[in-house]
Amino acid sequence: MKKRDIFQKLGFGVLGACMAANIFFLGTIIFFIAARGLGVINWEFLTAAPRDSMTAGGVAPAIVGTFYLTLGAILFALPLGVASAVYLTEYSPKGWIVNLLRISINNLAGVPSVVFGLFGLTVFVKYLGFGVSILSGSLTLGILALPVIISASQEALTAVPQSIREASLALGATQWETIRRVVLPAALPGILTGVILSVGRVAGETAPILFTAAAFYVKGYPHSPFSEVMALPYHIYALMTEGTHPEEQTRIAYGSSLLLLMLVLSVSMLAIYIRARQRKTYNA
Amino acid sequence: MNKKKERIIKYLFTMLAFASLAFLVGIVLVLFKEALPIFTKVSPKDFLLGQSWYPTAEPAEFGILPLILASLLVTLGALVICVPLGVGSALYLHELAGPRQRAVLKPVIEILASVPSIVYGFFGMAILAPMLQNSFNLPIGLCALTTSIILGVMATPTVASIAEDALSYVPRSFREASFAVGADRWQTLTKVIIPAAGSGISTAIILGMSRAIGETMTVLMVAGGSAVIPSSIFDPVRPMTAAIAAEMGEASVGSDHYNALFAIALILFLITFVFNIAAELISRRFRLKLGLSR
Repeated sequence: MKKRDIFQKLGFGVLGACMAANIFFLGTIIFFIAARGLGVINWEFLTAAPRDSMTAGGVAPAIVGTFYLTLGAILFALPLGVASAVYLTEYSPKGWIVNLLRISINNLAGVPSVVFGLFGLTVFVKYLGFGVSILSGSLTLGILALPVIISASQEALTAVPQSIREASLALGATQWETIRRVVLPAALPGILTGVILSVGRVAGETAPILFTAAAFYVKGYPHSPFSEVMALPYHIYALMTEGTHPEEQTRIAYGSSLLLLMLVLSVSMLAIYIRARQRKTYNA
Repeated sequence: MNKKKERIIKYLFTMLAFASLAFLVGIVLVLFKEALPIFTKVSPKDFLLGQSWYPTAEPAEFGILPLILASLLVTLGALVICVPLGVGSALYLHELAGPRQRAVLKPVIEILASVPSIVYGFFGMAILAPMLQNSFNLPIGLCALTTSIILGVMATPTVASIAEDALSYVPRSFREASFAVGADRWQTLTKVIIPAAGSGISTAIILGMSRAIGETMTVLMVAGGSAVIPSSIFDPVRPMTAAIAAEMGEASVGSDHYNALFAIALILFLITFVFNIAAELISRRFRLKLGLSR
């Protein structure tokens, strides 16, 4: 074998090992958490409230809280995100506006999550007076989800063939009619992918709700948008850092982590699946 | 009438589209407004370079150098892991994986990226830290080393997917020209494709760094929390994000401590802002260089 062939073999081997490391990481995390979490999850865990000072019972209020927070965030971010994407792709504004908006969207996507938390605390909790509540938390999480929804929607809108738009305009439809009746329906599956991706992201975020929505223990279920809530990710954090029974709490934290992990991973797998099918239709 | 409606709708969309810009500007304004009062008490120089962070002591001391150094230490540690692994995976995906392997491996990377940071934090605290403590006989498991490992794993998929994007922009003709002059695949990869994609790959590294330095929950749970200038990678540390998240709950609104935490957030924001802008500029020049618009 020539020297350069050996180099090539070695080099490719190293690259293969790097790729394998990703699989190893994912496998390790899932394995260790599932190994001790599976035994914790049962019907009571999913449907009951915590009892005996967080050492027994379930996490149902936290599941419900995460559901409300995520729902609120999407309700806020979806219209804004789709509108931004429609503006950027359909109304093709001037170059500098596109650049300015693209830079702000990219930067918003890169803002550390704890900074979103501080923004939410100052603006929603304090200034607008929503207090520590589902509403404040949802709005904060919504801003964080906005860039994800915008870029997925933009990708979906650009993938709609130009000829469909032209056909609609040629039939005498106005631009808005074209967007509403032709372009948006065609882009819907792609937009949906963006929504699902951001559900995964939002449901797992903790830092933005630390000061805007979450509480370790709330009696009963939330009854208004102004209630403080328990949330699954925050619950894990609180179980590991507060309270007086570390051993029992860690056990419940294993269950909660596994639950959150399964929730988020299945959501993102769904998004990946829909997107793969979507790309296939366009390429065919 | 119809024309008027069309115009109104267009204005509506324009307004909504500026929401992202408005939020970004809002974040900057809030950070400045809440942070500036601390600089009437402590000079910016003492704030940035002061070596003691005792925000609740009497008299309080607001020197955030230990926090900045902690952030830098764990971020550098993370880079040692995520740069080779992320770039290596991207090269593997681009160069060696066939369509069927890619169909499995790309989702693996995306799924790894979607694991919530609280789960990484929990994994680090409950599993990795005790494991490292036992196997390396460390005094404390929750330290900069454990944090770096977890942050490195978290940033790997970020680096991998952006670097893979960059590689896909390299035109086919580069590779064909290299094969035509007798280079093998490895030589083509190292001497042609990697240099051509170099600035795109550096964008990936910058954004990976940005991800690691802004990460909060993991660092809060795993870093150990001691606000002292670290002397080794085995020391417990308190990076900037952890300080904000851990102390904001106990700082009363409008107090010096409260303002100081916002000032830390402002500095953190500026760091990630510079990273993101740098990545943006580099990637634009990279695309122009390869003859791609946008």
